Amino acid sequence: MKNGVGVAQNIVLFGGTSEIGQAIIHKVVKPGVSHVVLVSRDIDEAESQIADVAEKYSDLDIHHVKFDAADAASMVHVVAEVADEIGDIDVAVIAQGVLQEGVDYFANPEALVSVADVNFSATMVLMYALAARMRTQGYGKIVLLSSVAGERVRKGNPVYGATKAGIDGFALALDHELEGSGVSILVVRPGFVTTKMTKGMDKAPFSTDANGVASAVAKALNTSRKVIWVPGLLQYMFFVLKNLPISIWRRLPL
Amino acid sequence: MTMQRLSGWGRTAWTVADLIHTTDVDEIRSAVTQSNERGVIARGLGRSYGAASQNAGGAVLELTAENDPMGIDADFDPLTGVLTVASSVSIDAILRMCVPQGWFIPVTPGTRFVTVGGAIASDIHGKNHHFDGSFGQHVLSITVMLSSGEVVDLSPQQNPAWFWATVGGMGLTGVILSATISMLKIETSRVQVETVRLENFDAVCAAMGSDGVDDDFRYSVCWIDLLATGSAMGRGVLTRGDHAPASAVAKEDSLAYDPRLSVSAPSWVPNGLLNKWSIKAFNEAWYRKAPSKNHVGLESIPAFFHPLDGVNRWNRLYGKQGFIQYQFIVPLDRTDVLRKVIEKFSAAGVASFLAVLKRMGVQNDAPMSFPTEGWTLTLDMAAGITGLAELLADVDEMVLDAGGRHYLAKDSHVSANAVRRGYPRLDEWMGIQEQMDTQGVWRSDLSRRLGLVDHRRSK
Repeated sequence: MKNGVGVAQNIVLFGGTSEIGQAIIHKVVKPGVSHVVLVSRDIDEAESQIADVAEKYSDLDIHHVKFDAADAASMVHVVAEVADEIGDIDVAVIAQGVLQEGVDYFANPEALVSVADVNFSATMVLMYALAARMRTQGYGKIVLLSSVAGERVRKGNPVYGATKAGIDGFALALDHELEGSGVSILVVRPGFVTTKMTKGMDKAPFSTDANGVASAVAKALNTSRKVIWVPGLLQYMFFVLKNLPISIWRRLPL
Repeated sequence: MTMQRLSGWGRTAWTVADLIHTTDVDEIRSAVTQSNERGVIARGLGRSYGAASQNAGGAVLELTAENDPMGIDADFDPLTGVLTVASSVSIDAILRMCVPQGWFIPVTPGTRFVTVGGAIASDIHGKNHHFDGSFGQHVLSITVMLSSGEVVDLSPQQNPAWFWATVGGMGLTGVILSATISMLKIETSRVQVETVRLENFDAVCAAMGSDGVDDDFRYSVCWIDLLATGSAMGRGVLTRGDHAPASAVAKEDSLAYDPRLSVSAPSWVPNGLLNKWSIKAFNEAWYRKAPSKNHVGLESIPAFFHPLDGVNRWNRLYGKQGFIQYQFIVPLDRTDVLRKVIEKFSAAGVASFLAVLKRMGVQNDAPMSFPTEGWTLTLDMAAGITGLAELLADVDEMVLDAGGRHYLAKDSHVSANAVRRGYPRLDEWMGIQEQMDTQGVWRSDLSRRLGLVDHRRSK
C-alpha cells in the first residue's frame, strides 16, 4: 500500500519500455518505494532506461518480468509471476500500446488483430487479473494510459481509436465494480504526446510530452480522481467535440 | 463480512479490511482461527497515527467498549489501587471511574481516548517517562489470545519474554484481552504546574537537561515553536508539575473530575487551513500567552494532560489530505541533531501545529518499546506537503545516524531498514513473535511495510 506521505511501496509498469510509462516511474519513485517491476518484451532495454533511478535509490529493488503484450491468455500468469516476486502490487501502470500508423486496413484487415489484442483484449484480461489480486489486498491502484483518440473515434486511424474507446469505457466500468474494495482505477487521457510512438507524425494542437503526462499522473495518484486529461484543457475541448452533430464533426480538419 | 475503509488517526493511506467489532472472547477466537491469508490485527480507538491498526484485505478486530464508567468491564480495588480491566476499556473510562476515588492512570498519552490494549501494544509514554517509565512498567499481568486460539496469562514474572514482546509489540504477538494495572494514588484531581517561557533552544535544553531540575518533577514537557528563526530558533514553553496535594485544593471538590468535550471540528475543513501563516500566528500567540516570569498554578487533569481532547476529531483540521505525526528519539548527548532537525524543518517551511520536546528516562525490558534515554521530538504536519517524502527521508537518516529511532505508534512512512537500524533487538523480538504466532496470523499494514513479521509464513 502507500505510506502516509502518499508513496506506494510496490510499483509495476506493464510495457516496461514505454516512454510515458518510464517517465511515470521516474516521477513516482521516491524514498519509501521498495520494489519496481518492469514487465516488458525487451528486458535489456527496459533496464537501461531505469538505470539512473536504480542508482539514486540504493534501497530500491528492481525486478523484470517478460511478457508478450498481445498474448491475452498469458496475462493471469504474468500477474501471478509479478506477485510472486514482490508480494502486494500497490500501483500498476498499464502503458503498453500499439499505434500502427499508416497501415492500409482495407488491403490488410487482419493487421488490426494485433492492435486489438494489445490495446484491448489482453489489457482487459490484465486489468481483471490485477483487480482480482488487488481486491484480496484491500488496496491497489491501476493507472490505464488511454487516449483522447478514444473519446470520439475518427477516420485516419479508426482501429487505434476504437481500441482506446473500448478500453477506456471498460476501465471506468471496472472501477465502478471495484467500489468499496480499496482498489481504484485512474484513466489517463493524453492528447498528442511527442514520443517515439508518434515520431514523424504531425503534431496536433495541445500536444504534450511524456514528462507532462507523468507529472499529471503523479499528481492525481493521491487523489480520488477517476479520469485525467493531459493537458487538462482537452477535457473542455472534447466536451464540445464529442457533442457536435456528425455533419459538423466530419467537416472538421482533424 | 463488513468491508470497511480504515485509516489511522492521521487520516492517510486508507485501506479496506473486514471490520469485526466484538469484545466477546469466543467471537474473537473464531475470527482469529478462521482468518484468511491476510491475517488479523486488533484495533482499539484508532488513535495510532499511521497504519498500526489497519490490515488491508484481512480482518481487523475492533475491541472497544462503551464509555459508560458504570458499565465498564473492570474490577478495581480502591484500597490497593489494583485495576483489572478488559483491553477494550479506554483511559477515559478508567479516569472517570478512578479519579473520584483518588487514583490516576500511571501513564497517559496526550489523549485519554486510547484503549488499554492499544496502550500496552504501543507501550505508550507520557509526560512522566523520565520519572515513571512507560505504560508497560505499570502492568502487573495480561491475558493474551494467541493465534492458536489459546489464552495465556503473561506477566514480568510469568513468561517475561512473551510479556515484554507483547508490550510494544504492536499487536503482532496476539490479542490482548485484559490487563491488571497498578494505579497511581492521588490526593486531588488538580495538577500543580510550573510554566516557564524559554527564549531559544539552548535555554530549552538547559532547563530540561543539564540543569538537572527536571528530575524533581513528575511531569515535564516543552512545547517548541518550530517557526521561530534567528536568535529565537527553538524557543518554547516548558510546563512541568505533579499532582497537587490535598492542602492546595478546597476539600469539597478536591477529587472532582469532569472531562467534557467542548467543540467538534467540522467534517468540511478546507485543505490548507493549517498552513505556515496560520500556525505562525498561533505559535506567536501561544508563546506570548505563557507568562514571561515563571508561574505556578493549578490545572485540571483534562487541561494539563489532554488539551487536544477538548476538540473532538481535531485530526480533521488538516483537511482531506490528512497529516502525519513524526516522533523520534536521539541519545541525550545529541542535542546537535535536534537542532539540525528543527533547522531543517524550519528551512523547508514545514509548519507544525504541535511540536513538543521531552527528555525520556531509561528503557524498559521490551525489545520493541520506543522510549530510551534521550530526547524525543514530536511534530505533526500536513501529509500533502510537496517534497515531504524526500525531506523526511533525509531527517530519518540524521536520526538513525545519531543512534536514534522512530515511534511505531506514530509512524506512517519509515522504511523497513529504518526500523532495523533503530531497534537493535528487532531480530530477538521477531524470534519470540514467531514462537507465539504459531499460525502466522498477525499482520497489519504497518507490519507489511516494515517487514515486522515474516509474511511468507502465512497459514
